[in-house]
Formats: sequence, structure tokens, C-alpha cells
Amino acid sequence: MSDGDTVGENKTPENGAPDQGNTTSDNAGPVTSTIDEIPMGGLPGPGRSGSAAPAEDGAKLTGLPDRPEAEEHPPLTSTTGLSNNKMGMWLFLGSECLLFGGLISTYMLYRGRHSGGLGPDQIYDIPFTSVSSFVLLMSSLTMVLAVSAAQRKDDRNTTVWLVTTALLGATFVGGQAYEFTSFYREGLGYTTSLFSSSFYTLTGFHGVHVSLGIVMLLALAMMLRSERVSGDRAETVELIGLYWHFVDIVWIVIFTLVYLIPA
Amino acid sequence: MAIIERPVPATVDAPTSAPVPAGVTPARAYGVLRRPVTTTGWRSWLFTVDHKKIGIMYGVAALAFFVIGGIEALFIRAQLAGPNGTLLSSDLYNQMFTMHATSMVFLFAMPMAAAFGNYFLPLQVGARDVAFPRINAFGFWSFLMGALFVNASWFLGGGAADGGWFMYAPNSSVPFSPSNGIDFWAIGLQITGIASLTGAVNLIVTALNMRTKGMSLMRMPVFTWMVLVIQFLLLFAIPVITVALFLLTFQRTFGATFFSVEAGADPLLWQHLFWIFGHPEVYILVLPSFGIVSEVLPVFSKKPLFGYPFVVFSGAAIGFVGWGVWAHHMFASGIGPVSVAVFSVSTMVIAVPTGVKIVNWTLTMWGGKLTFTTAMLFAMGLVVEFTIGGLSGVTHSVAPSDTQQTDTYYIVAHFHYVLFGGAVLGFFAGFYYWWPKVFGKCLSERLGKWNFWLMIIGMNLTFGPMHIIGLQGQPRRMYIWTRERAGEGFFNLGFWNAVASLGAFVLAAGVLVFIVNIWRTHRHAPPAPLDPWDARTLEWMTTSPPKVHNFDALPDVHALDEFFHRKYEDVGEGDRHDLRKVATAEDILAEQEANADHHIHLPSPSYWPMLVALALPFIGFGVIYYPLIAIVAAGFMLLALFGWALEPSVADESDYDPPADDADPGTDLATIGSAHE
Repeated sequence: MSDGDTVGENKTPENGAPDQGNTTSDNAGPVTSTIDEIPMGGLPGPGRSGSAAPAEDGAKLTGLPDRPEAEEHPPLTSTTGLSNNKMGMWLFLGSECLLFGGLISTYMLYRGRHSGGLGPDQIYDIPFTSVSSFVLLMSSLTMVLAVSAAQRKDDRNTTVWLVTTALLGATFVGGQAYEFTSFYREGLGYTTSLFSSSFYTLTGFHGVHVSLGIVMLLALAMMLRSERVSGDRAETVELIGLYWHFVDIVWIVIFTLVYLIPA
Repeated sequence: MAIIERPVPATVDAPTSAPVPAGVTPARAYGVLRRPVTTTGWRSWLFTVDHKKIGIMYGVAALAFFVIGGIEALFIRAQLAGPNGTLLSSDLYNQMFTMHATSMVFLFAMPMAAAFGNYFLPLQVGARDVAFPRINAFGFWSFLMGALFVNASWFLGGGAADGGWFMYAPNSSVPFSPSNGIDFWAIGLQITGIASLTGAVNLIVTALNMRTKGMSLMRMPVFTWMVLVIQFLLLFAIPVITVALFLLTFQRTFGATFFSVEAGADPLLWQHLFWIFGHPEVYILVLPSFGIVSEVLPVFSKKPLFGYPFVVFSGAAIGFVGWGVWAHHMFASGIGPVSVAVFSVSTMVIAVPTGVKIVNWTLTMWGGKLTFTTAMLFAMGLVVEFTIGGLSGVTHSVAPSDTQQTDTYYIVAHFHYVLFGGAVLGFFAGFYYWWPKVFGKCLSERLGKWNFWLMIIGMNLTFGPMHIIGLQGQPRRMYIWTRERAGEGFFNLGFWNAVASLGAFVLAAGVLVFIVNIWRTHRHAPPAPLDPWDARTLEWMTTSPPKVHNFDALPDVHALDEFFHRKYEDVGEGDRHDLRKVATAEDILAEQEANADHHIHLPSPSYWPMLVALALPFIGFGVIYYPLIAIVAAGFMLLALFGWALEPSVADESDYDPPADDADPGTDLATIGSAHE
């Protein structure tokens, strides 16, 4: 490899990163297409390689073509064609997998250890949790609608769907608060048994993730309304969407392992 | 950080699709304080988002904790120098070795790797900054806050943590350690973990996504490769220790039962969680130094690195296999014969890629024109000392042997040979090699030789005898040993303990020489030449210290060791390589400056990252003392996060007051250079 004089050739075979890049092929579409519109600054070949100019916080990758001074600037492309922000979000979510992996392992280890007291079989209200799970899953649908509206530059609908998503998420968190309260009234405190500690910790961590997601959704909706989102707005919505879908998927795993599989 | 070119708001800052009315400046409309834009003085450091300044701050902080951790080690060795040591009480001794390890692992080695990675990774891939400059600043500040928080336990916690750096539960539960030390430890490491995680995301994206034209993955310098590998390790290891630390905090603070054996808890849970993090952590500590050595050895051997792809892929292999060996820390914990066998074999397997690296380094030097600079000496020291540590490591992979060695000084000898002989010697090679790049002045070679030999002799005197006293059965973490049980003859504990303690002070003298060297260099040394070592990689293709925007024109990369190939032309025929110098570093820099890019925009300084990080230790205080503090701090943090989100990454024209005239890059650079002093 050391002596290959292949200037400006398409580097995609080597810059692989298939673990991040290919998993988002559906999401990467709009970004690459926008990049294609940018004058390539005399780069030979149609490749996506280019000088990696500093994308200021990675946010200004798109929406540039009609700028008057565009030809003075080197094209703001990234080496892989995926934007910095999106790659960063995927990496963060990869890390989160291990966080929930550790918590779920702890729960699976301890779910049967309640010294004959209240256990999973006595306490769970499966129909109720199924309904709140359904609500959370539907919020993924509204999130998709928000992203879709944002990509159509339809600010009004974006805001509407973002707020709807946040409301559905809040419904789920409310359901969780109700569930925790009723369990507590039945005598399952945080310190009651190994089962209770690990159950509350796992689902609590998920609840906190949903709550932070709600904060982000509402903040994004407000910032969209007041035109204060810097950089590519559709991508910002999409990034929050990635996080939100991740939290939903984690709940699918938790709901299956914690609630549905009998202890 | 200097602003190379002021952005003109109407054309650059405002997205064309969103017309912002002129006169409304986003930063000031929402920020409480004025946006910091100074390029000199303490503010330029405090609010910087420049990867180079952040790298230097990481380095300074890490060195400070290296000294603190070293002093803690000296206390330990002074206590053990003779029988029935009286310097420390048993309680204080427990705190001392716990904090020694914590300082060295979490507060020195990891941030020092972050320092080198932050500074050199963007330079080596030809980028002007990292992918997320403000997150980078946040990472540094949260590291510093976490580090201070952990050490605050000496004064506020009723004593520091005292459970060993792996803090085995249930031994770390309240009944066995009633002070707040472990609470400070757990929350403090949680905060430094945030720094590691954000740093990992940042550097991975930078390395994968911000390479300059022609910089394919297989043309990246090995140092960058190794940093990339450890960032992936951090990305997936940090969340596991996060879970473990949360469980421990909840156990100690909220009375959860995760580690209450009387309630039926599994005493192995903590061990598994900790070592799933802890073993990759070992490679996180040592791989950056492997990368540094892979840069230093070729330069001072005047040869390309032998088997570059092998070095890269063996580094990646270490990264992968590093996930499958954690339970070799638990051979004596009763994990069952099958587990022991599996982890024995996988531990032997991981010695293979490590051995590949050793072979490659040796063959890089083989037949080369060696120059024995201090950096080279440290690099060669690493190859030798790490090999010794690696060999004793292989003896641990043999489970029956390890069962004998568990919790003896033999283990202590092993991991100090790999961590001191590996990580620390590599960092010192990096200091001497890159000092002229970072500060524009070469460290004194004369003092450097003293530094090297004192440290090498000191470390072998300190850690070599530990093999003996370990095999003689002296357990680690015992605060005294007695003459009656020291044995007799050549292998008696008394003599070798005294030698080890003497060695520790020789080692400390070596570090002292290094500090003197820094001080003298910055007072007396003349400016370093542009390319003092005849180096090979991109970071030398700019001024020393580098310009604030790194490169005037982003270089086109045509080969591995791009800078070397620009300086030398191969005029040999066939298999013969005759290198002829065709350009000097000055020529190359001049050419680059002549073709400088116009309109380089750099992200502007910001105080939000620091404010967000500042809230973290107060959340910790709240968890330990009084919940209201945590709630207030969390609210403050949320507000600061909004401030951050609403702040554009590039400062607005109106943030400057009074409007300074446009400084040309030359004068700009002069101020940056002096700011390093």
C-alpha cells in the first residue's frame, strides 16, 4: 500500500467503515445527493473523496450549492460521504447498546432472585404494559413522519409530528410512572430484592432515555419554529430520530426479555 | 484560538434558506455572557476549542496526576522498604495504593493518550481540527472535573477510596468501607468516563471522515491507527464500566441490593462487569504507546516501518481479541474449569499479535542507520521492557501457574512491566520526539539521557525484584511484612523489598530530571529546526508549533510516509534503494504557504462546554450529600446545554469588540507561538 500513487482516485474500497456506513444506506441518500450538487473543485473522477475541510461541528455540510462564494471554498465533503454528525450519532448509539447490554444482563441474572417475595410472575400487568409499549412504538411512526416532513422542508408538519412524538413518548413515561407507583404500593420497593433493584434500574434507565428524548424533541420543535437550528435541519431532525428509534428498539428487547418471557 | 478570517455574517454564517435579519446576532441574543473570542491570555485556553490547545491541556493535567500518582507510589514503597513499616496506617495504605492505581490508570495514562491523540491525530490525517471541536473541549473539562472530584475525596470524603482500583464488590459496600471515598471514586470515574466516550466518538469520526485527499486508511500513520483502535475499545468498554459504577453507586447510596450477598447476589457480577471493561482498558493504556513507538523507530532507523500492514492489523487484532480474555483476571474466583480453559487459550492467543509487533519493531531497526536520540532510547526501552512484561504475562495465561501467582507481587511486577515499560516509556518517547513540534524547542538531549537511564534503571530495580518477592509469596495490598516471615538467603524478602524501594526513588529522580528538562528547555533552548529528526509523517509538514489552522493548504497524500517521500527520491535501480534528498522541510512548507487556501474558517471559542462540564461534579456532590444540589446542578447543566445548542459554531462579527483590523496570518502566528510559552 505504501507506494500506490493513486491521487484522487475513489478511495471508497479502503475507507470502508462498513460497520457505520452501510447500515445507514437509506439515510445516507439525501446527504450524498446534496454533495453531488456541490462543485467538486476540479477533483478528477466522480468519487466521493475530497479534501476533508473542517466541517464546523460538522453541521454545514449541505445546503451550500446556491451560495455565491461556493467556488472559492473547497467542497465540504467528508471522506466517507456520511456526515460527521450522523457518524457520531451512530457511534454513540453503538456505545449505548453496551450500556443497555450490561443492564439487561444484570436483570437477567437477578430476575429470579426475590427470596419468595414478589417476583415477575406476580407483579407484571402485561396488558397494561403492552398498551404503553404500543404507544411507544407508534411514536417511532410519527418520528418517521417528522423526518419525512423535514426532508420535504415542510416546517409546519415537522413541528406537528415532533410534538406528537414527544406526546406519545410522554404517555409512555407516564405509564411507566403509574406502573412503578402501583408496584411500589404492592410492596415492591427499590431495595426489596435483587429482582426489584435490577428491574427498576433497567426500566428506569430506559425511562430516563425516553425522557431526555422528549426534551430533545420539544427543544428541536421550538428551535425549528424560531429558526434557530444551525446547519442542515433535515439532518438534525433525522439525528434525533435515530436516537428515538434506538430507544424504541431497546424497549422491544426489554419488553420481550423482561415482561414476556416467563421467569 | 485565533480566527483566521472573520466570517462575514451575511454571506457565510447565515444559511441562505433561513434569512436572519441583519443586526440580530444569535450568540448574544441568547447567551448570558459575551462570546469569548480572544486569542491570547488565559481566556484563550479556558474557552478554546482548538484540538492542539486541548491536547496540551490534557497533557499538562495528565502529567500533574502522574506526579501525584508517583508520590503515592513513593509512600507505598517507603512503607514497604523495611519490616513493620510505620509510615502509613493500614487504612491509609489501602487508600494510597487504590489512589495510586486510579491516578495512574484513569488520570494519567488515559488522558495522556487523549493528549497525544487530540494533538496529533488531526495533524496526521491532514485535518484542520477534530470533527466536534466543542465536544472536544467538553471532554477535556469533564475529565478534569472528574479527576478533581475523585481526588477531592482525600479532603471531603473522610478518606479516599480504599478498595483497590478494581473495587471488588461486595468488598466495596458500605459496611466494609464506610467513608465516602468509594462514592467519590465511583462518581468521579463516571465523569471521566463521559470524557472518554465523547473523545472516542470525536476521534473516530475525525479519523474516518476528515482525512485529507489521498489519505486512505492504509496510508494513515500507525499512531493514528492505534488511536483509532483504542477509541473503538473505549466506545464499547466505557458503557460497561458505566453500568458497573452505577450499580455500585446505587448500592452504596440508595441501598440497592446488587452486591448484597446475604440477599442472594452473585459476587462475580462486579468482577465480570469490571473486567469486561478492565481488560480492553489494558490495551487502551498500552496501544497509544505502541503507536508512538511505531512512529519513532522508523524515523531514527532511517527505514520505513517493517511490515506496516502487519503492525496495523495486529493492533486491530489486539483490539478484537482483547474482548475475549477478561476472565483471566478471575482464574482464582471459581469460574469453573471450562471458562478457565477457554480464557487461558484466548490469553495465549492475544500474545501472538503482540509478538508480531515486537518482531516488526525489531526488524525495523535491523540494518537501519540508528540514531540514539532520547526518543529512540525510550522506544527501544519499550521494546525490551514490554517484552519482559509480555513474557511474564504469558505465564499468567497458564491457569495452574496463575493460581499460584494470583494476588502476589509477581502480578504487580507483570503489570508494571507492561504498563510502565509499555505505556509510560512510550509516552516519554513521544515527549522527546514531538516536543519540538508542539513547542518549537527540542528538549535537552543531555538531560534526556539522564532521564532515560535513571528511569530504566529505576524501573528495573523497582519492578524486577517484585518477580522474586511475588514468587516467594508476598501478597499484594499488604501494608506490612515481618522479618520472621521474610525468609533467608538470596531470595529473602527483606533485601529485595529494600531494592525495590530504592529503585522507586531512582525512578522518581528520573521523572524529576524530566521536569527540570522541561523547565530548562523553555527558558534557555533555542528554537528547534523545522524538521529536527528527518521525520516521515504529515504533522511535520507545518510550522512548529503548528499554525492554528494546521495547514495552509491541505496536503495531497500520495503514499504512506508522505512527508518522507516528498523529501527523498528513490534513484536506485531494481531492488536497490538509493535515496536522494530532493527537498527540505523548508521548501515543502514554503510551497504549501505559497498555495495557501483562502478563507479558512475555524470554529470559534465557546464557554458552554466548560459550563456544562462544571455542573457534573455538583451533580456528584448532590448524590453523595444532598439531592437538592444535584437537581440545581442538573438544571444548570440543561440550561448550559441549550446555550450550547443555540450558539453557532462560528462567532459572529458583532462578537468582536472593538473591531480589530484584519491581522494577516503572519502576525497571527506570532501571537500563537508566544502563547505556548
